[in-house]
Amino acid sequence: MEYLPNIIFLLVLVAGVGFFAKNVKTLSRNIKLGRDVDVSDNKPLRWKNMARIALGQTKMVVRPIPGILHIIVYVGFIIINIEVLEIVIDGLLGTHRIFAPLGAVYDVLIASFEILAFLVIVSVVIFWIRRNVIRVKRFMNPEMKGWAKKDGNLILYIELVLMVLFLTMNGADFQLQTIDALHYVKAGSFPISQFIAPIFGGMSEASLIVVERSAWWMHITGILLFLNYLYYSKHLHILLAFPNTYYGKVKPKGQLDNLAAVTAEVKMMMDPDADPFAAPAEGAEETGEPDKFGVSDVTDLNWVQLLNSYTCTECGRCTSECPANQTGKLLSPRKIMMDTRDRLHEVGENIDKNKGEFVADGKQLLGDYITPEELWACTSCNACTEACPVSIDPLSIIMDMRRYLVMEQSAAPSDLNNMMGNIENNGAPWPFNQMDRLNWKNES
Amino acid sequence: MSNELKVPTMAELFAEGKQPEVLFWVGCAGSFDDRAKKITKAFVKILNKANVSFAVLGTEESCTGDPAKRAGNEFLFQMQAVTNIEVMNAYEVKKVVTACPHCFNTIKNEYPGLGGNYEVVHHTQFLKDLLTEGKITMEGGQYKGKRITFHDPCYLGRANGVYEAPRDLIRKLDAELVEMKNCKKKGLCCGAGGAQMFKEPEKGTKDVNVERTEQALGTKPDIIAAGCPFCNTMMTDGVKSKEKEGDVEVLDIAELIANAEDL
Repeated sequence: MEYLPNIIFLLVLVAGVGFFAKNVKTLSRNIKLGRDVDVSDNKPLRWKNMARIALGQTKMVVRPIPGILHIIVYVGFIIINIEVLEIVIDGLLGTHRIFAPLGAVYDVLIASFEILAFLVIVSVVIFWIRRNVIRVKRFMNPEMKGWAKKDGNLILYIELVLMVLFLTMNGADFQLQTIDALHYVKAGSFPISQFIAPIFGGMSEASLIVVERSAWWMHITGILLFLNYLYYSKHLHILLAFPNTYYGKVKPKGQLDNLAAVTAEVKMMMDPDADPFAAPAEGAEETGEPDKFGVSDVTDLNWVQLLNSYTCTECGRCTSECPANQTGKLLSPRKIMMDTRDRLHEVGENIDKNKGEFVADGKQLLGDYITPEELWACTSCNACTEACPVSIDPLSIIMDMRRYLVMEQSAAPSDLNNMMGNIENNGAPWPFNQMDRLNWKNES
Repeated sequence: MSNELKVPTMAELFAEGKQPEVLFWVGCAGSFDDRAKKITKAFVKILNKANVSFAVLGTEESCTGDPAKRAGNEFLFQMQAVTNIEVMNAYEVKKVVTACPHCFNTIKNEYPGLGGNYEVVHHTQFLKDLLTEGKITMEGGQYKGKRITFHDPCYLGRANGVYEAPRDLIRKLDAELVEMKNCKKKGLCCGAGGAQMFKEPEKGTKDVNVERTEQALGTKPDIIAAGCPFCNTMMTDGVKSKEKEGDVEVLDIAELIANAEDL
């Protein structure tokens, strides 16, 4: 019976980490449903982007107030993980504060965790006020109703509870240390929780131990539960921001990719010697279905675009900078990312339900999630990609879906069909004769 | 006539066995749009004054395909691109200058993948270089002390990171450069990009160009400077919708310089 807590701890830990590993596997499977894309170029720049944008949070501070508050929570998250390491070792070995022999270093560590925990609480409270009291405009868009709003608040509540539990645990521990309780080694310095400790002043040693142990257990199981909540929430950015900034666009923002499938067709059309009815060359790969031009569902997107969708944490900076959204159009770049993720999630669940095979569900990203009206409102100005703090590219998805609308469905707005007809016929978007191109020279 | 424009074509120079230093890509707006043609002519006047060795493609130029590509018609874009690249490669073009940021972006970034590799500069960069090399001199003239705000074209600014060349030129005019609430990286679109120029906007509460014009007018400018024929149209329309056309002029950087030099 002596080892019962250790065994229970081990089981909780294995369950928490194991379930998380399973989620990561599903996540990775879903992302790989996307088309392949070559991202092996520009390695030094990609590393630099990751260091600067994800690790260094350079784009967060473009908006100083949420930026600085976010840095506090982010640094808190990373530093307090050292404490989680101690908790895990203690839990497995049945020790208490195993890092205590570090002495003065330990005091400094615990003190910094406490100060950070306090600052995280302050930041989280301000974040909550911004969402629910001040009601910052970008959190009030239509796509932020329902689950998106709940999810955002739930994450704040969890973070708040975890930090309060951590400080409660330390406060009770501090009190136990003061009354020389057995097993409670005198270690650590408690700049914040020493103010909580007096609450436990009149309590017996046994009750104090119950408080301390309860807080300890709830803190660590809470962390494991939060880890597993990530997959079901918008909060995956804490992990995916790193790969996402690495794989983010390294070309000039204005550069769209040239569709290779189209290049092959165009070369064929332009080559006077090409025989469109020629049998494929000996040994040529049988490609089966002809290439589909553009994107109508998530599996037509490339895997970086799908990674983008999981990385989005719905902060809405893209949407608040979008000229179309600012002027009341239906388009919201954030919604493009949320729709992509939701549809991908749906496709993933479909595959899980049907033993690894996707069974057609009569739905797709285009139409069922994203409407043509949203797509046609985009000015391709790149305000969204500039605003994103983690290098997400909603514009590439919009452009890929326009390609499908135009090249597969001929479903462009009629004005655009006129424009394209003019380019085809006379080499300009307006109906002017190509032979008149230089007339301006002689006009007064 | 002394102020007659000298606009050689690539074909004419080729027939004489000559190769200009730079191809001036006029673009569809610069060729056909009445307002944009004035920008084209202002730029040519400066090129002539600085004795720049240049030529245009004239009737051999065709749409770069940018609006088709942004509208989703990759076929049409690549057909246009491949045709234009064949023409430019046949003339062994090395350097291209254009007054249209959309042509600039497409030729610079999207043509190389289809076989068109050129050094491509926007006319504000080219003018800045002429100034640095001492080929043009600039004094404020009529613009001395005027309040000028610069509207960043998306395809020059965010798309390609060119923010300073046009601003340096405005400062050289001894004008007072005033910035809008949204400028440079945070510049607000005029509403014309992504093929919006050629269609009606979707249903909304306001037109993008009006929103942007309000920001521009917020700086109490004498002049709104632009570096793109489409932005120019959108901002001009915006100023008209606010009934400010009597107080505020919308001018291209090339026009500012040409006017300042009384060209």
